This record gives sequence, C-alpha cells and structure tokens, in this order.
Amino acid sequence: MSEENSEKKPGMKLSPKILELLSKYSEIELEDVEMEIGDLEIWVQPAVTGIQVPTRAPPAKAKPSEILKTEFRRPVRQYPGSIVEVRLGATRAEGGTRGKVLALGGEKVPPFYLSEGTMPHPPVIALDVFDMEIRLAKAVRMHVEDVLEDPAEWARLAVEKFGADMVNLHLVSIDPLIKDTSPAIAAKTVENVLQTVDVPLTIGGCGDPQKDLRVFEKVAEVTKGERILFNSVTLDMDIRKTAEVIRKFGHATIAFTSMDMNRARELNRKLYEHLPREDIVIDTTTAALGYGLDYAFSIMERTRLAALMGDKELQHPMASGTTNAWAAREAWMSLAPQWGPRELRGPMWETVTALTLLLTGVDYFMMMHPAAVKTLRDVTTNLSSSLREDNEIAENWVTLKL
Amino acid sequence: MAAKELSPIDVYASLPKTNCKLCGEENCMAFATKIVNRVVDLELCPPLSEKQHASNRMKLQEMLRPPVREITVGTGERAVRIGGKLVMYRHQFAYFNPTAVAVDISDESSNDEIEQRIAAVESLSYDYIGQTLKLDMIALRCTSNDAKNFGAVAKKISERTQSPIMLCSLNPDILEAALIIMGKARPLLYAATRGNWREMAELALMYGCPIAVSAPGDLTMLNSLSSTLLACGLEDIVLDPGTFPREGIGQTLDSLTMLRRAACEDGNKVVGFPLMATPMTVWSQGIESPEVTRWEEAYLTSTLITRYADLVVVHSLDGWAVLPNLVLRQNLYTDPRKPVAVDPALKSFGNPDQASPLLCTTNFALTYYTVASDVEAAGISCYVLVIDTEGISVESAVAGRKLTADKVAESVKTFKVSEKVNHSTLIIPGRAARLSGEIEEATGWKVLVGPMDSSGIPKFLQEKWKS
Repeated sequence: MSEENSEKKPGMKLSPKILELLSKYSEIELEDVEMEIGDLEIWVQPAVTGIQVPTRAPPAKAKPSEILKTEFRRPVRQYPGSIVEVRLGATRAEGGTRGKVLALGGEKVPPFYLSEGTMPHPPVIALDVFDMEIRLAKAVRMHVEDVLEDPAEWARLAVEKFGADMVNLHLVSIDPLIKDTSPAIAAKTVENVLQTVDVPLTIGGCGDPQKDLRVFEKVAEVTKGERILFNSVTLDMDIRKTAEVIRKFGHATIAFTSMDMNRARELNRKLYEHLPREDIVIDTTTAALGYGLDYAFSIMERTRLAALMGDKELQHPMASGTTNAWAAREAWMSLAPQWGPRELRGPMWETVTALTLLLTGVDYFMMMHPAAVKTLRDVTTNLSSSLREDNEIAENWVTLKL
Repeated sequence: MAAKELSPIDVYASLPKTNCKLCGEENCMAFATKIVNRVVDLELCPPLSEKQHASNRMKLQEMLRPPVREITVGTGERAVRIGGKLVMYRHQFAYFNPTAVAVDISDESSNDEIEQRIAAVESLSYDYIGQTLKLDMIALRCTSNDAKNFGAVAKKISERTQSPIMLCSLNPDILEAALIIMGKARPLLYAATRGNWREMAELALMYGCPIAVSAPGDLTMLNSLSSTLLACGLEDIVLDPGTFPREGIGQTLDSLTMLRRAACEDGNKVVGFPLMATPMTVWSQGIESPEVTRWEEAYLTSTLITRYADLVVVHSLDGWAVLPNLVLRQNLYTDPRKPVAVDPALKSFGNPDQASPLLCTTNFALTYYTVASDVEAAGISCYVLVIDTEGISVESAVAGRKLTADKVAESVKTFKVSEKVNHSTLIIPGRAARLSGEIEEATGWKVLVGPMDSSGIPKFLQEKWKS
C-alpha cells in the first residue's frame, strides 16, 4: 500500500522557491508509519517526491489514501404547525364573476426547504393600481404612463401585459386629506375594475381608520360574493365592524400591523372573534431594502417559523407591500454614474426586496415594476422545480472564457 | 452549544475569578457577560493565559467555538474573515462576518481589464448610514490552461493589490504555479474535488492556505471530501455545494440551507465550515444579452446572501447589479440585538441655511430613515433634530415618556441648535402634538405641530413654512 501511495503522490513540479517556503516545517520529524483505524487505512506520508532534503518536507500527517465516504444526512424536521389556506376570488359557480380562484398559504415546511417538502401554492403576485394619478418613480411611470388616470385600463395592462395574478387597487383618493372621494364613487371605481379584468381583487384603503371602514362597507356590499381581499384592517380601526362587514359579504382581509409580532397576534385574536382563520392574511410591514428591510425580514422569518412550530395566532399567509422598495432613494434617484441607470437599479431594488422576503415565506406580493414581477415569477417557478441539475454548469465557471 | 444557550455563568465558571479588572470590566462576571454576547474576546483576560488556567482556557475556547468555523483569507489589513456563524437565523443572535464578495478575473484578461477589475475591488464604495460598502476579494480564474501564464498573472495582481485572492483552477499544477509566487499571502485555493483532492490537500498543507471543496449537487461527496481533508490535517475548509442557476436555484438554496442547519443546529463538525456560492455560473448558460445575464447574476446573488453563503464569486461589476447586494448584505448582517436606533444628532438635509426649517424626530432607526427619505425625496433643505428616545418610535415614546419636553430641551441645548438657525421655531411630529405646550415652555421656542406621517412634511412646509 505504501508503494501504491507513493506513486499516487502529488505530481507537483516543485521549484526551488518552494524549499524556502517549506523551511518553516523543518522542525517536524517525519515518520513512515502505517496503521489501521477501524476499516480505514491511514498512512503517514514520507517526504514529498522531488524534495531532496527530507527535513524540508511538509509536515507528517496521517492521510487517508481514499476518499472517506461519509453520507450527508439532511437534517430534515417535522413541524407541528401549518399555515391556513386563504382562497381569494370567486368564480360564477361560487357566487362571483372571477375567471379563477387563487389560494394562499397551506405551507407545512419553511419556504423552499425542498428537502422537507414543497410549497402547496406558488406565491401570488398582485400589481398596484391607483384610483388617481400619483407620484411614481420614473422607472415605474414609463410603463404605465398612458393609464395613470384610468384605474380600469391600468388594471387591464397589469393583467394582460404584465401578467399580474391579481390587481391591488388602492383607493388613495378617499383620503379626507386628498380628495375625500365618497364611498359610492370609490365603489363605482371598484366595479369598473371588476368588469374590466377577471382576476381576484385586493382593495386598499387610505389609512384613515374611519374613512376606510365607511368605504370598505360600501365596497364589500357591491362586490358581494367576489371574495375580495381588503387591505387592510388595523388595530386602530373598529375591528368588530370591519370584520363583520367582511364576513357578511364573503370577503377576506389583510391584518396589518407595524413590525411587531405581539401586535400581529393581538390583532388576530381580536379578528378571530368575528372571522374564521381562513379569511385572514397577515402583513407585518415591508420596509425597503436599505431602509429597514432587516427588521421586516427577521419579523417575517420569526413569524413563519413560530407558526410552523405551532403558534396558532400566526398561522396565516403573509403579505408584503413590496412596492415600498421604491421608498429607497437608491431605487429612484439618479446617483453617480458608477451605480448605473436608475431604470435598472430601481427594478432590481424591488426584485431584491421581493426575493429576500420570499425566502421568509411571503405568500402574497403587492408590486410595481413589470421586470420585478417577471423575475419574481421566474424565480418562484424555478424554486419549485426539482429538475435534475446540470453539474457541468456549476464547474465550468472556473474556466469560462468571457 | 448554540450561542443563545450559553449563559454568563457557564463562562464565569471557567474564568480565573480574580476580579482583577485588567480586561477593563468591573469583575469577572461582567466580563463573562460580554464574552457570551460576543462583544469581547478571551484574549482580553491576561490571567487566563497563565499556565495554571490552560485547561480552563481550552474549555472556554471549545465552549465559545462557533459551529461554523471562522476562516481568514489574505493577510494584513485587507484580509477577509468568512464564516464564524453562531446561529442559523439572525434573530437568534446575530450574523458575523458579512458575505465576502469576490470579483473574478481571468488569467487571459488584458492588462486594462485586470486593472479595471482590481480598481473596482479597491475603490468602488458607497456611503450608507455611516458605513462604507465595498467589494472584498479577487477570484483569479485560470482560463488559459497554462500554468506559466497563471503564475505570471498571479504575480502581477499580487504586486498590484493587497486584496485577498482566491486562486481558481481544478488543476493542482496550475494552482501551484501561482502559489510559488504568492503562497504566503494566504490565498483561498479553489478547489479540491473527488478527482484532485490528494494533490490539492498537499498544496494547502504545504502553503498553509485555506482550501475550498467542490462537489456540485452531491452533498455526500462534499461531506466525504470535507472528512477526508480533515483527516489530512486541514482545518480551514470552505464548502462549495455548487451553484445552479435558473431551474437549479431551488436545489442550490436547499443544499446551502441543509448544510448550515446541520452545522448550527446539529453540531455537525464535518460541515461546520463557511459556505461559498458562485452566482457567476449564470455566465455558463447561453447568453442572450449581457444585460439579462447581469440581471440574473444580481438577483441570484441576493438569494445566496440571504441563504447562508459566506462567500460569493460574481462577474458583473455594474453598479446597478452590485449596489443592491451590498446594501442587502449590510442589512442582514446588522446586529438585531442592538436597539434599532440611530445616534442622536442634528442632521442637515440638502443645503440648509439659517432660515431653514428645523424639524425633530426620534432616534428609532425606522422613524428616522423614513423621515430622512421623505425629506430627501422632496429635495427639502432643512435641519432634523434627532432626539434620543432609546430607539422608540414617536407614538410609543410619547406614551412611554421617552419623548418629553425636557428631552427636547436637552437636545436643543446639546446640539447647539440656536447656532444653526436664526429663528426659534421647532416643528414637532404630529404624533407628539400633545407635548407642544410643554415643549414651548421648556425650550422657549415656538412649536409648530407637523404632519402625522413624515410623508406629509413637504406639503406641510409648503403651506406652513414662510422663510
């Protein structure tokens, strides 16, 4: 065996310079030994071939002659909890008019831990549509320029051209400090959008707890049976009234809290008094990459892991207002030339924000830029793929001529 | 033992218990607490290095050893440390040693190209909340298949830059040609495989360099190679389970996740090493347009930073592709144990003069950055007085008496606000409206109650501020 191994010794062409480098090993005494440990044959190597001065050889180490075959056992876990499934939209058969129904949630394992299981449903991607012209980053605006004043056409563009699963209609104009649009007019806008696209809808308020409730009441009524997702119910709203309206007309809601798991639990507890768990999606707040994404990330990651470990108050699909990525000035501002055009930097900012949160378990994304939407869709499709990988690709990079 | 399970008592038990204060702490228990929180190193305790404490010292080192070994690449000031992770999820403690980003250089590149890429690693930098975001390393790839050439380029690069270098070739003869020249600079050798591990292990031992192990898509082979190198006497190992773009991304992230979990949660020492990934594998696929491939590389990199890569090798140097990942890395590697606060200060936005408006807010980081981005977005020139509320948001700080009239008065004084402006009007957050009277009283300044949300600041100033 020693003989065979000496032949297999590294075929290195050692230059004289190596001797200098090796001098630090000179104090190590070399031995030729052969021993057996279990069924392993380990040998201690003599001087390296080609080196004339034995005391200048590498250190003596017991070296295996063959690869020590040891299986890697994937540390696969069982989780006591699972995420409830929330269904959005309703077809004619179910009392609505949507072309399809989408499901969120249902996970039994952490996101994309493929060794443990797959995601029951791909994440749902909604594109933002506003009921009035608003300020948008240039990179976003260029894609929706022609429809800014027409929410229904904006919705059509989002679905037909940009491939949105859902439309996330923000009724920003109802804000008493903006246009104070009446519930009746807001509801009319919603109906127009419902008639223009056949995907499930999310209806967003303006953040004023009283006004949002009044508008939600009207919208819920005129969209009865459509299983709209309301965005959102918050701790400062009349939770009983809001939940009852949502329940009465067969809708679902996002429960929004601000970066605090305890508040997320508290809001859910209050909602459970009026709504089944299957009507609730949670949003623990999305902060932009560079502007608090780390908090958003860790709260979502903790929330999902706690849910899988059995925390019943958090076992809901998670929503993310990924559009918040555009709050980062690096997303929309012109920077020094080395940081590239904002037309690429902006959508990449939204993409990275989305992907980072995707890996915490977000089920529902509310987004802005078509390229970010397309990328998120490609990645989630690929993340669920169990196609055999092509090993060569992962090796070829070393010698790749670019 | 996972970091979070270690208590100061565990550490205290093995300290010399002299309460000598040589470490700068009041007593050994205080030192133990800092040790457990990884704020200080054992080296700060002089008595511990005495002979009679040798066994305790070893015990402590073992106790504190991170489940993912920390490895240094390069030497000197620019050396990069990778790994050293204590936990799988950052909320369990904190992540240490941000993912190192290595930029590839081919040994067939022109001199101009080499210079340009080295310059990027050395000087590309972005100032972000008081930190400078930078690239870390160079990955020199042998594409010429010519050992002499590889050695010559390695020489050129190592003479030109102190940046740590990763030498990439699966041919040991080629790697050696570079090691002869720069073996003392502690490059990372890439890589030992099932085919070349003997020779590679030999090189790593001989030159005392860290070495990467590559077994694409085969965790058992990766595990076996790691066991084998350990048996060869190597300790500084980096694991590359292979980076597969597109359809392979799921398996890539799953492999990294399972390896990290085995190390952090199960104490598997064979895989208790830094993980590396090579988003630049996207360039091995058919390239429709370089722009698209850069895009793919950038987003793939982000997922790898999130999912446990301690080192990534990238090709694209375009700012729009690099910056989001440098910021992401900074975000994920901030210490979640630290209060989410910024330093109290008087901050300037735009080009304020003495007549510019003066606003105040809390030092809760998110509040502050939201205000900052709203003010910046609107291009407003103003001062913002950041008040120490112990990292609590406006609403909670008012309720919890962390934001009080006295605190405001103290900040006005501390930061010499009256030297900056020639008026005496202070704009306070809408959510602190009920403090307005008290603040006027305590500061002697006129108080304007600002909007409830900082997004309303531009409109508010337009309507209410006459300069």
